[in-house]
Amino acid sequence: MAVIRANGQTLRKLLVVAVAMFGFGYALVPFYQKICEVTGINNLQNADAVVNTQADLSRTVTLELDANTRNDLPWTFRPVVSSVRIHPGQLTQIVYEVHNNSDQFISGQAIPSYGPQLAGKYIRKLDCFCFAKQDFKPREIRKMPVTFVLQNELPTDIDTITLSYTFFRVEGPVKPAAAAVAREPKTAT
Amino acid sequence: MSAVHPVDHAHDHDHHDHRPYGLMRWVTTTNHKDIGTLYLWFSFSMFITGGLLAFGIRAELFQPGMQLWKPELFNQFTTMHGLIMVFGAIMPAFVGFANWQVPMMIGAPDMAFARMNNWSFWLLPVAAILLVTSFFVPGGATGAGWTLYAPLSVQQGIGMDFAIFAIHIMGASSIMGSINIITTILNMRAPGMTMMKMPMFVWTWLITAYLLIAVMPVLAGAVTMLLTDRHFDTHFFNAAGGGDPVLYQHVFWFFGHPEVYIMILPAFGIVSQVIPAFARKPLFGYSSMVYATSSIAILSFIVWAHHMFTTGMPAAGQLFFMYATMLIAVPTGVKVFNWVATMWKGSMTFETPMLFAVGFLFVFTMGGFTGLILAITPVDIQLQDTYYVVAHFHYVLVAGSLFAIFAGIYFWLPKWTGHMYDEKLGKLHFWLSLIFFNLTFFVMHFLGLAGMPRRIPDYSQQFADFNMVASIGAFGFGLSQLVFLYAVIKCIKGGEKAPAKPWEGADTLEWTLPSPPPYHSFETPPVVK
Repeated sequence: MAVIRANGQTLRKLLVVAVAMFGFGYALVPFYQKICEVTGINNLQNADAVVNTQADLSRTVTLELDANTRNDLPWTFRPVVSSVRIHPGQLTQIVYEVHNNSDQFISGQAIPSYGPQLAGKYIRKLDCFCFAKQDFKPREIRKMPVTFVLQNELPTDIDTITLSYTFFRVEGPVKPAAAAVAREPKTAT
Repeated sequence: MSAVHPVDHAHDHDHHDHRPYGLMRWVTTTNHKDIGTLYLWFSFSMFITGGLLAFGIRAELFQPGMQLWKPELFNQFTTMHGLIMVFGAIMPAFVGFANWQVPMMIGAPDMAFARMNNWSFWLLPVAAILLVTSFFVPGGATGAGWTLYAPLSVQQGIGMDFAIFAIHIMGASSIMGSINIITTILNMRAPGMTMMKMPMFVWTWLITAYLLIAVMPVLAGAVTMLLTDRHFDTHFFNAAGGGDPVLYQHVFWFFGHPEVYIMILPAFGIVSQVIPAFARKPLFGYSSMVYATSSIAILSFIVWAHHMFTTGMPAAGQLFFMYATMLIAVPTGVKVFNWVATMWKGSMTFETPMLFAVGFLFVFTMGGFTGLILAITPVDIQLQDTYYVVAHFHYVLVAGSLFAIFAGIYFWLPKWTGHMYDEKLGKLHFWLSLIFFNLTFFVMHFLGLAGMPRRIPDYSQQFADFNMVASIGAFGFGLSQLVFLYAVIKCIKGGEKAPAKPWEGADTLEWTLPSPPPYHSFETPPVVK
């Protein structure tokens, strides 16, 4: 039967297409990451080059600082001052403080976000604790700076910017501290 | 009977079709007509289920304030209403049409893979049971919206896993159904039926089936990534692990945009059969219709990010997706003008199928225009996630796809059942549906423009009047569908005997068969001149 054979061939070809498209769905993942990398979207972890440091003293912008931790991270994370008034073009440093409340070594990664979102691209960071994973020893308290310049090109209708960081726990070897090990009940072997 | 006339019965049996009777006939059937019927009834039962959820949504939104449901349950209602209507009602209805009509329209005896056909149907009730029972698991059904956006969908309870598995199963069913339809169309046409002689309905389904094979696996991939993110420590969409929630939106809409054409192209096909039949003129610009349908299908792959203008895309990306989306209006416009040109100076009569087809033309085109408005990036940023979007996609999905389904049902019911349906009931159903549809969804444009967000169980006082109108319309629209159910059952039970070709202007192959067609038709292929 010629038709049955032809049908079988068509079936196989179409199945290959279906399987290939399933793979294509996964191929979108590295493709997306590559696009983001090339176009500089999601480029949160590199220092920016600052092109203009001419301070515009005629303008003052309020920068409100916000800090969050994602649900399971036992850290206290807060800015040392909750808001600063700065001039565009002026090199500014702000400081955040983290207190690891647990008896464990924990690593975290901070991700910034901006309100309004548009303001993000005018904050050029020279240094930030968000550029790298931060490792904390049990009960460690550390102050961490962010150094940045607010670009003069910031649209004039923006006079308040919220800079927010969220710390996420980063997967990795979580080494229990000696004290924590000692306190753990010994189970029968 | 068989005890009294055993010999006669056996004799009878030789002349009739060999098939089991009762329930097993439906479970084991490999007949394209039986499977088409199963698909259509399944689709109707899901339409009722999704409709009841819509009742729940509109009842809560009848007045401002929280009356009936907790917000979580409301979110589950909107999510499941979307999932059930898209995957349970609209898509299976079109597959039901394809099963009934494609073999008869191309002069084939049955579908290419009859047993796989049975399997692709019987997977669907399993998926439906998973979806419906997920309301009763701890945490309830998923409330992440039908798009199942991460990170919400990564965090929800076991109901989300039910939805993921249901999507896997429905995807497998769709892919098998599509393979079947493509193979049937490519290999089993009657002698003389070249590709460019195929009825438009067959053409639109061929293209739809290709779209399904191309994008259903991508959706399966997206929900598989969700599943592994949820349970197997992968981090595709989990920002804490280096993933990106926006990636989910890209993968989802790469499926999602072709999906909206999957739900409208077969509707175009049905309308392209109905309008020429009642205008008593051949379809105007047949080949341009074929090319327009193909162009829509190809363009549908490069416009997906217009659903994501607010995710922080570079301006170049926004411009590209805006212009590409607007380009789709060109082939769609070609189709609309061709339908109008088909009616131009035709000897038109307005039986129920034609009413629904003309209703489709008017109301779907309005949905198309609001789509064009939403394609404009700066406007979309204002209207994103408002009721304007809800109005838009209900204009194209309800007045588009669903009205075309109704047109097709009334058009082919005499063929399928052998009886004419009750014209008075059909017309009543049309006018009730049209009026209540507009009552429900037209006011949503104003709500959206005024800024009422979607998927929220409560709203500000100033939206109260329009919401009450929409709710009344929704209840009326839902109840009007009982007229449809009654009309269909009445037609199956009896009625005026339908001739082989009840519609004067219809000219495709199925009308050469008696009404109802024999259980096995075109075992000897007809010759098409």
